[in-house]
Amino acid sequence: MTRDSDPDQPEAVTCTGLAYSFGETNAVDGLDLSVRPGEVFGLLGPNGAGKTTAIRCITTLLPVPAGMVRVFGSDAAKDRMGVRRLLGYVPQQLSADAGLTGRENVALFARVFDVSRGERAERVGQALAAVDLTDAADRLAKTYSGGMIRRLELAQALVSAPRLLILDEPTIGLDPIARTGVWEHINAVREATGMTVLVTTHYMDEADQYCDRVGLMHRGRVRALGTPTELRQGLGERRRAEGAPASAPLPTLEDVFRDVAGSGLDDKSGDFRDVRSTRRTANRVG
Amino acid sequence: MSEAPAVLPTVSAERVEGIDLLLRPPRPRAGWRLLPARVGAMCTVELQKLRHDRTEVYTRAIQPALWLLIFGQTFTRIRAIPTGGIPYIDYMAPGIIAQSAMFIAIFYGIQIIWERDAGILNKLLVTPTPRSALITGKAFAAGLKSLIQALVVVVIAALLGVALTWNPLKLLGVAGIVVLGSAFFSCLSMTIAGIVISRDRLMGIGQAITMPLFFGSNALYPISVMPGWLQAISKINPLSYEVDALRGLLIGAHAHVALDFGVLLVAALIGITAASSLLGRLAR
Repeated sequence: MTRDSDPDQPEAVTCTGLAYSFGETNAVDGLDLSVRPGEVFGLLGPNGAGKTTAIRCITTLLPVPAGMVRVFGSDAAKDRMGVRRLLGYVPQQLSADAGLTGRENVALFARVFDVSRGERAERVGQALAAVDLTDAADRLAKTYSGGMIRRLELAQALVSAPRLLILDEPTIGLDPIARTGVWEHINAVREATGMTVLVTTHYMDEADQYCDRVGLMHRGRVRALGTPTELRQGLGERRRAEGAPASAPLPTLEDVFRDVAGSGLDDKSGDFRDVRSTRRTANRVG
Repeated sequence: MSEAPAVLPTVSAERVEGIDLLLRPPRPRAGWRLLPARVGAMCTVELQKLRHDRTEVYTRAIQPALWLLIFGQTFTRIRAIPTGGIPYIDYMAPGIIAQSAMFIAIFYGIQIIWERDAGILNKLLVTPTPRSALITGKAFAAGLKSLIQALVVVVIAALLGVALTWNPLKLLGVAGIVVLGSAFFSCLSMTIAGIVISRDRLMGIGQAITMPLFFGSNALYPISVMPGWLQAISKINPLSYEVDALRGLLIGAHAHVALDFGVLLVAALIGITAASSLLGRLAR
């Protein structure tokens, strides 16, 4: 599904030597990354690999202290407003306002993205319809299920017609059916609009199934990059060359990840705060 | 859907129809129109929330009602406080209106921290909204919320027989003063939020500063009867200027409305600047 990159069109995202540290911890440590226009790119890694920090630099939430970040050619350090106009962002937490209806939640983002008054109602309606929330649109978001809130957030992000949709752990804490639902909506919208999708996840099976290309991130850097099939076949071939039987099943993305990350994966996978915030999100989703 | 889905209804590109508007990015607003638009957006959200849940307006009306009813009526009989010939309940009503507006604003930072924890703040920060515009929007939204509260207290005061003005121009001035004062106090709250980050600590600090701000102002008694040190505090306390203006506008007492307006405007601008510069800490 990967589209050939057009030499005239700038990459959707380019990070060169991006580094960000919290005190002594180098959360992102010389990250090089490029996301092609129109693809679904998955940034994978365990808790604490630096995915969220990288995403926050790309979304202009954090400054870019070292290296460079560009979104469709615009510099995230210099042209923050320009970059923000290109982005739709869904953070890890369930970020819809529970005290507002679905429609009001989406309308807020139409307003802050300068959608004109004459167009607002219709545009909000289209965004809600695209995620199948038309019927629930006038109910308070606190009555929504976890999967519905994720779809509502997708509508909030879509209402400004972003060229790049950034989703941070979109399916965390959801049940399998809701997870599939969220991914199907992401894909349907991507196919209909041609937007680029950058998604972080630590569910390797989802990345395998839904991403055109993935980058495996560990300790602040991308350690392996390619289509899920390329990465799995690559490891399979290497294992056969090292004497594994030809009948051995193709390695999974998780195997690839263990291979890349090596040992010590368990004791560095996310600090207390990470796990707590992940659990909190999972709790809210129910 | 003409055919029955086999297991689960699946979504496909064909089903996502009528999305022509979602393919066209909205045209950016010109620079000077951005700020009023963001203020409008934040105020709209505040009104929508109040429409869905008015509990806060009612529960927060109890305290000022008690102040006026008990403290006001008792002290009117005692005549202990020199008010310049005005019945004491009339004298204190503008003070209680300012107090109840301030109480709403001073805890507004809790909402910002809640929005931060919920990821809402981050999402707003990834929109084409400069931080100062976001804070200004929030400050005016807090002002609007306080104004609605102030209206409730004005009605209670009127029911208790306080002789208030019904001059629409003066009432408009009252609204402006309440919004500006609350914009300042909400920015003070959001500034503290940016420093302490945690909701519990902000709650504690909020509790600790509201009473000193209230008693260290002219809300209940004139500055002239205060000891010297309290007079000094009262003169740098924006609440005193808010009360002075409200007293002048609402009950026609002697006041320096223009000066009060100027002080509150400058205070609000300083507050917006301080809160905006600390907002980045909440984004981290």
